[in-house]
Amino acid sequence: MTQLPLTQPLAEQHSDGADEFTAPTQGVPRPDFAAIAEWVKPGAKVLDLGCGDGSLLGFLRSARNVHGYGVEIDDLNVLACFSNGVNVIQSDLESGLQSFESGSFDYVVLSQTLQAVKQTEGIIKEMLRVSKEGIVSFPNFGYWKNRLQVMAGHMPVSETLPYQWFDTPNIHNCTLGDFEEFCRQHGARILERRVMNGDRQITLLPNLLGMLAFYRFEQQK
Amino acid sequence: MQDTNSPGIVTPKTAHFDTPLHLKSGAVLENYELVYETYGELNAARSNAVLVCHALSGNHHLAGVYEDNPKSVGWWNNMIGAGKSIDTQKFFVIGVNNLGGCHGSTGPASINAKTGKSYGADFPLVTVEDWVQAQARLADYLGIDQFAAVAGGSLGGMQALQWALDFPQRVRHALVIAAAAKLTAQNIAFNDVARQAIITDPDFYGGDYYSHGAVPRRGLRLARMLGHITYLSDDSMAAKFGRELRNGALAFGYDVEFEIESYLRYQGDKFADQFDANTYLLMTKALDYFDPAYEHNNDLSAAVRAAKANFLVVSFTTDWRFSPERSRAIVRALLDNELNVSYAEITSSHGHDSFLMEDRHYHKLVRAYMDNILR
Repeated sequence: MTQLPLTQPLAEQHSDGADEFTAPTQGVPRPDFAAIAEWVKPGAKVLDLGCGDGSLLGFLRSARNVHGYGVEIDDLNVLACFSNGVNVIQSDLESGLQSFESGSFDYVVLSQTLQAVKQTEGIIKEMLRVSKEGIVSFPNFGYWKNRLQVMAGHMPVSETLPYQWFDTPNIHNCTLGDFEEFCRQHGARILERRVMNGDRQITLLPNLLGMLAFYRFEQQK
Repeated sequence: MQDTNSPGIVTPKTAHFDTPLHLKSGAVLENYELVYETYGELNAARSNAVLVCHALSGNHHLAGVYEDNPKSVGWWNNMIGAGKSIDTQKFFVIGVNNLGGCHGSTGPASINAKTGKSYGADFPLVTVEDWVQAQARLADYLGIDQFAAVAGGSLGGMQALQWALDFPQRVRHALVIAAAAKLTAQNIAFNDVARQAIITDPDFYGGDYYSHGAVPRRGLRLARMLGHITYLSDDSMAAKFGRELRNGALAFGYDVEFEIESYLRYQGDKFADQFDANTYLLMTKALDYFDPAYEHNNDLSAAVRAAKANFLVVSFTTDWRFSPERSRAIVRALLDNELNVSYAEITSSHGHDSFLMEDRHYHKLVRAYMDNILR
């Protein structure tokens, strides 16, 4: 899974030689990580799907003392997780979460990965199976700058959608409205929403002014 | 072989044990010897010891060479050494020849003090659990209360897993590589064909061939040839040998024609010259018997409940003898018990033998994992 780096990419490290990895950057947390951490209860058991180099799990471990596992398919990211001391299970999200028992997690996180998943419905279903709550974040395709670029006749390229149309891994972009409609149709009850623009929280016209959307949801009872 | 990171010249040592060992079969070994090698230095806190368990045809000679034989490179020399994935500058690494082995530890070819003759067929069948018990006594002997890690591939990985179950307080990390929590029927079937090849060799003499001055070479050779086929992948054999002919043309006979035949016969001969048939039989049985879930209603999660260690589980994509699915079953059981576990599925073309091969990504993963142990 591709996790879109909000700050700097952590996986330039496959050059050669010996000890190429450094611990995740200390100091100011990525605002999207901080937003997720706010929803996670201390000591919770967390599964991070498409966990990249494990930096979110590393952050949640230090900020919330979580017991976490990541799922990741990419070799280099798996190696980075090892270096970062994060539990990682190398497997393909698209083929489901068979390794994980139903209801065995407090939270399953899909951080900026939803838009790159092929089996969107399958993943959300699996998230609701293995966990009490799901947390999803994704770049809001309805963000005004994206809309402007489309109006100008181009596919949007921005901070949260940093790819060209021909090399993007993002095959299922959506807007806030689209995702909420999707949840209604797929038995997911939204518990909380947060919309961000950089490190600012957006409350006014979120589907227009928000760059990044966060949702916390559970199985419709 | 020029390898400055190799532990260099190493010398095996022998530990003698007089406390009877009660085996799973009910048999008792009154006394026994274990041959072992060590690499690196045990630190003052005695907290950096790593036990490496060997597989079917392995032994205690993990790395380095013997003084009298520069070709005698240890079987995991690419993994273990100064600055290597299991770094002997940081860890005190121990290799031990298992009971029943044929490289110095007490086994079927050893002299039974009671009879003054080789044990032969009288040597009891030993299990993975028995090996772990014996290894624990070696740890006591070496003054190691707790291993930083117990590691192994294939049958060695089974021992690493068993260690975590039997001595949860004595293992901080278990590295279970190219292993399985139990063999499949197909796997047992391969082992039995190998055993039948040995047992039906007229030179086997019911296991007492030592006193007949015979060696069941033909059987052992066939057993190895069969085993070898299953350790490689179809693709790697195709790539390495294809349908290449030894002499460029068909000879319309039963001598070696295809390169693969030549290779297998060579491997079989080499093995038959240096391995003991009874040991081979006994090691394959230990493989077949391994099934920690059996005593827990076949519930591996329940079997693993005792474990406290952190786990690294590794499988290889083309390993069809210990397939990734078998490793994933172990991972599931560990996850059910909320243990720390990481799992890597290495893309490799070398089948089961991949765990012994030089592979940058695989070795980097193990190194990254091992480095974190000391943090």
